[in-house]
Amino acid sequence: MSQVIETGKAFEFTPENVEKAKAFIARYPEGRQQSAVMPLLDLAQRQNENWLPKEALEYVGNYLNVPYMRVLEVATFYTMYNLKPVGKHFLQLCRTTPCWLRGSDDLEAVCRNKLGIGNGETTEDGQFSLLEVECLGACVNAPVVQINDDFYEDLNAENFEAVLDKLAKGETPPKGPQIDRVNSAPEGGATTLLEKTGGA
Amino acid sequence: MLKDQDRIFTNLYGVHDWRLAGAKSRGVWDNTKALIEMGQDGIVDAVKESGLRGRGGAGFPTGLKWSFMPKESDGRPSYLVVNADESEPGTCKDREIMRFDPHRLLEGCLVAGYAMRAIAAYIYIRGEFVQEAINLEIAIKEAYEDGLIGKNAAGSGYDFDIYLHRGAGAYICGEETALIESLEGNKGQPRLKPPFPANVGVWGCPSTVNNVESIAVAPEILRRGEGWFSGLGRPNNTGTKLFCISGHVNKPCNVEEEMGIPLKELIEKHAGGVRGGWDNLLAIIPGGSSVPLLPKDICDTVLMDFDSLRDVQSGLGTAAVIVMDKSTDVIRAIERLSHFYKHESCGQCTPCREGTGWMWRVMQRLVSGEAEIEEIDMLINISKRIEGHTICALGDAAAWPVQGLVRHFRPVIEERINSRKADRAA
Repeated sequence: MSQVIETGKAFEFTPENVEKAKAFIARYPEGRQQSAVMPLLDLAQRQNENWLPKEALEYVGNYLNVPYMRVLEVATFYTMYNLKPVGKHFLQLCRTTPCWLRGSDDLEAVCRNKLGIGNGETTEDGQFSLLEVECLGACVNAPVVQINDDFYEDLNAENFEAVLDKLAKGETPPKGPQIDRVNSAPEGGATTLLEKTGGA
Repeated sequence: MLKDQDRIFTNLYGVHDWRLAGAKSRGVWDNTKALIEMGQDGIVDAVKESGLRGRGGAGFPTGLKWSFMPKESDGRPSYLVVNADESEPGTCKDREIMRFDPHRLLEGCLVAGYAMRAIAAYIYIRGEFVQEAINLEIAIKEAYEDGLIGKNAAGSGYDFDIYLHRGAGAYICGEETALIESLEGNKGQPRLKPPFPANVGVWGCPSTVNNVESIAVAPEILRRGEGWFSGLGRPNNTGTKLFCISGHVNKPCNVEEEMGIPLKELIEKHAGGVRGGWDNLLAIIPGGSSVPLLPKDICDTVLMDFDSLRDVQSGLGTAAVIVMDKSTDVIRAIERLSHFYKHESCGQCTPCREGTGWMWRVMQRLVSGEAEIEEIDMLINISKRIEGHTICALGDAAAWPVQGLVRHFRPVIEERINSRKADRAA
């Protein structure tokens, strides 16, 4: 059950992240530093190639004077803490009904056929990992895949392959809708907010 | 159709500048001091009069909720907590407010926070919304630098702080007490109520948890007058609302419309209609995954508001409209939702932890047809043993989609089981 990995290497925040950690802790009332467990785990994960070894969990616990077990509870409860290494491009594929209705199965097939990976797997070269996730909250731009911090929206097999090709070449494809569309407005143009209502 | 001049979210699609200068040019932060000068009770009364009901799903009257906060402090500070953990399948409206109109939310935090005598607001945003969190952080910084929040916020003489807290992937944290647990740095498992958050909330202090949209509309209601807001929609279902239209429509989109708009009109005017035409419609989930689906004949005439949808045994929920055309395997569509609830159950209450798994496994059998007819009633039986038997509403939310499926599509399920049996016999 327990899936925490020990690397045998000490973990500590970079000086820059020490400053960020201080700012996070200052957001909460005196004596409530446990509230900063989540932001500090995120900070640690960002510093450590997007995953958390046991040493990082212990470090965060010590940093906040919170028992290791409380940190472990948090790290295992929330899905965004990766407790094992993931690929450079971490693909989170939404499979919930609104994305499924608009073809998320096709995107899963792209991962399987093009990258050769299924749910929870990483390509041999360490470039791509796939995780099937539940609703990402961008349903009118379905189907959606989150790649590291960014949402790629309005995907189909073709434009998803194009995004993956660019990533493989070291390029950064533009995030957001992958079809000709302005954010969550209807394709082809908005039906509202057409009068001049001010705004730059 | 709602006129543009009555729309609150004028940068819904992000075509204008979302930063402070742009927000101000759209009327945000326009003499906020005058709103605060209405006084705490004046604000609460105006919001009550406006008829605003919570936009996060439950539809509880917002002004009434604010009035539960203590008027005299017993030494503990009070907090406003904004629920920005938008995760209800189908729902993606708060995201647009946060990335394209963050100052509207911040102004709402100040006004609502003042009205409930809070010293600070904590905005709990779902972890996946990284860009939205970045925009909000920038907006918070701008608001501090401009004196709009912090000491003597907006020149009102009131001190008020706003902080952002990022979640890390857990639907259950949209439940207000789970959110509070998470804000305290714990697993997001709901608390037993009472005590209610207004008495014992975050860090043991009086707290009120409100949805992003509920807070963001508050300043505009006060500025334009409660009568303006209550004059839109229908009695007990007033105002404007952000609708998210997803699934099998020609042009999925978010749109702000008047409460009580007919469902068919909403889809045909803004989302380009159902794929293949209205007659190609099979069913619609009208308010996010937690509410029961509606077959086409109800969709033909139903209005989009709390009371109309309750009358047809569904709900407005978050106003996330998930459309399914006749090509849809409706059993599989609901099976995906059963998987969602199984995945998101926090594990605290046995009926939900075990029952959501049971329901999902039965649903999988109904998808393939490898089931007995009796299992349909067994599924309903399981759902009734979850519904109402858990600390929070996730159990109910898991039960309702399944119940809605059987209520409206039992013949489809039976036919699949029978034809599978016939295949095997042959």
